[in-house]
Amino acid sequence: MIKDQVVIAGIGQTAFGKNLPDTELSLACQAISLALDDAGIEPKEVDGLASSVMELNREVDVARNIGLGEITFFSQISYGGGAACGTLLHAAMAVATGQARVAVAWRARKRSAKTSRPWAQMPERISNHWQWSRPFGLLRPVDEVAMLTRRYMHEYGANRDHLANVALAFRKHANRNPAATMYEKSLTREEYMGARWISEPLCLFDNCLETDGALAVVLVSAERARDLPNPPVFVHAGAQGLPPQHQTMTNYFNDNPLNGPSWTAARQLWRDADFGPNDLDVAQIYDAFSPLIPLSLEGYGICERGEGAEFTNNGALEWPNGRLPTNTSGGSMSEAYVHGFNLILEGVRQLRGTSNSQVEDAETCLVTSGEGVPTSALLLRR
Amino acid sequence: MSLLLPDLESEDGAEFWAGTSRGELLIQTCVSCDTPRFPPRPMCPQCQSLDFSWRQASGKGKIWSFVVVHAPVLPAYQDLVPYSVIVVELDESPNLRMVGNLLTRGDGPINEIDPNTIVIGESVEVVFKKVEDVALPCWMRSKK
Ligand SMILES: [Zn+2]
Repeated sequence: MIKDQVVIAGIGQTAFGKNLPDTELSLACQAISLALDDAGIEPKEVDGLASSVMELNREVDVARNIGLGEITFFSQISYGGGAACGTLLHAAMAVATGQARVAVAWRARKRSAKTSRPWAQMPERISNHWQWSRPFGLLRPVDEVAMLTRRYMHEYGANRDHLANVALAFRKHANRNPAATMYEKSLTREEYMGARWISEPLCLFDNCLETDGALAVVLVSAERARDLPNPPVFVHAGAQGLPPQHQTMTNYFNDNPLNGPSWTAARQLWRDADFGPNDLDVAQIYDAFSPLIPLSLEGYGICERGEGAEFTNNGALEWPNGRLPTNTSGGSMSEAYVHGFNLILEGVRQLRGTSNSQVEDAETCLVTSGEGVPTSALLLRR
Repeated sequence: MSLLLPDLESEDGAEFWAGTSRGELLIQTCVSCDTPRFPPRPMCPQCQSLDFSWRQASGKGKIWSFVVVHAPVLPAYQDLVPYSVIVVELDESPNLRMVGNLLTRGDGPINEIDPNTIVIGESVEVVFKKVEDVALPCWMRSKK
């Protein structure tokens, strides 16, 4: 068990925006360099690296630019939005087992990059699993999630007001976060209800942003962290999740498609943890699409099956008075979409006491990666 | 750019697509334990057998869910939006679901049905829509 053996000692991020002038490699190096500065650790001490398989910047290039030392551990995690917490988990396991002493996990992304929208680059004839959905015009991630959303609404009585609760809560948080893309743009329920459809039942504001930017974290052992400047944020538990008979994105072909990977990750997470879902002070839940919030709330046991939509009522997700302030930097929908890596950094800020929407005395935070794809999640504590 | 179509020679899909071109909805079924599975794959997840046969399904099912696709989409689909896409649960087993389109006739376009009339649970029957050299399994409302 990795429980509390590893500490997030440093965080770094670039600006978020559209069409940033820097290259993707430059963004990655800037974020990692900032995270190392924040941790008070020299680049030459880094010996572990973890990233997403969708990351265009290779370890060799990152290491040569930043001037990293001898790297003895490097790994990559699959499945786009499901990967972010997994990169950190792998890095933490490397530190906990002694395969690395200072590990960096990062994500850099430019929306203009060729790999940023894989759905738009399908070959004309499809031979992999997409042959069972794309020929019928189910083309984009939003279409695939909308299919599950409609079924979820049908089975449990969720409606657009619940999804608006999600979008509005995260926008309010972004409006308090100067780094957020939507810092200066408010959103009303009327604007949400009047927005154009993208894939019914999902409208424009049920979708995440498209963002350029990069983020990184530095991990060291709890022992090493005692000599470092920042208050330690412990990796209390971590898990990946790939349930039986799951298909990524088009998970329509098993007993209960609404029981996604979050349910699997959650079982492992809570098995290892010293606290339970009711003890969470704050949460950062992957939100490429608004319905992933009620689905994840249920998957991670924060409420019962079918109660996730209802949970969002009465400002439950909102800082400061909600039952569980969630995505307190604005998340993927209103801060930045960097495959959910920004959720990890906001979790760290909450436990350091430095969030723009600080939950008072926050001690525990759940951070998740994408529901609907093979996923990963972390429990952080201070 | 043209519509996205399956590779008729793909390892897992070739038999299925050969079936649709003959007007048959074939479901891969384990020879050892008799469990049907979709999408097709080499091994039975129940008993790990590599032996399978192809059985013709009734072609009857119910709408499990649906979406209505709006812009922006790939250029080849731009003139079709808004159009619906459905998931059908086959009558043979609730685990057998297929993505498809709801049509008014076998050679009809995918945007002919008013999405506001689609209801989860309504009964549909398979129809094979010819697109280039592919026969796509699509669905029409069952006659009452
Ligand atoms: Zn079998």
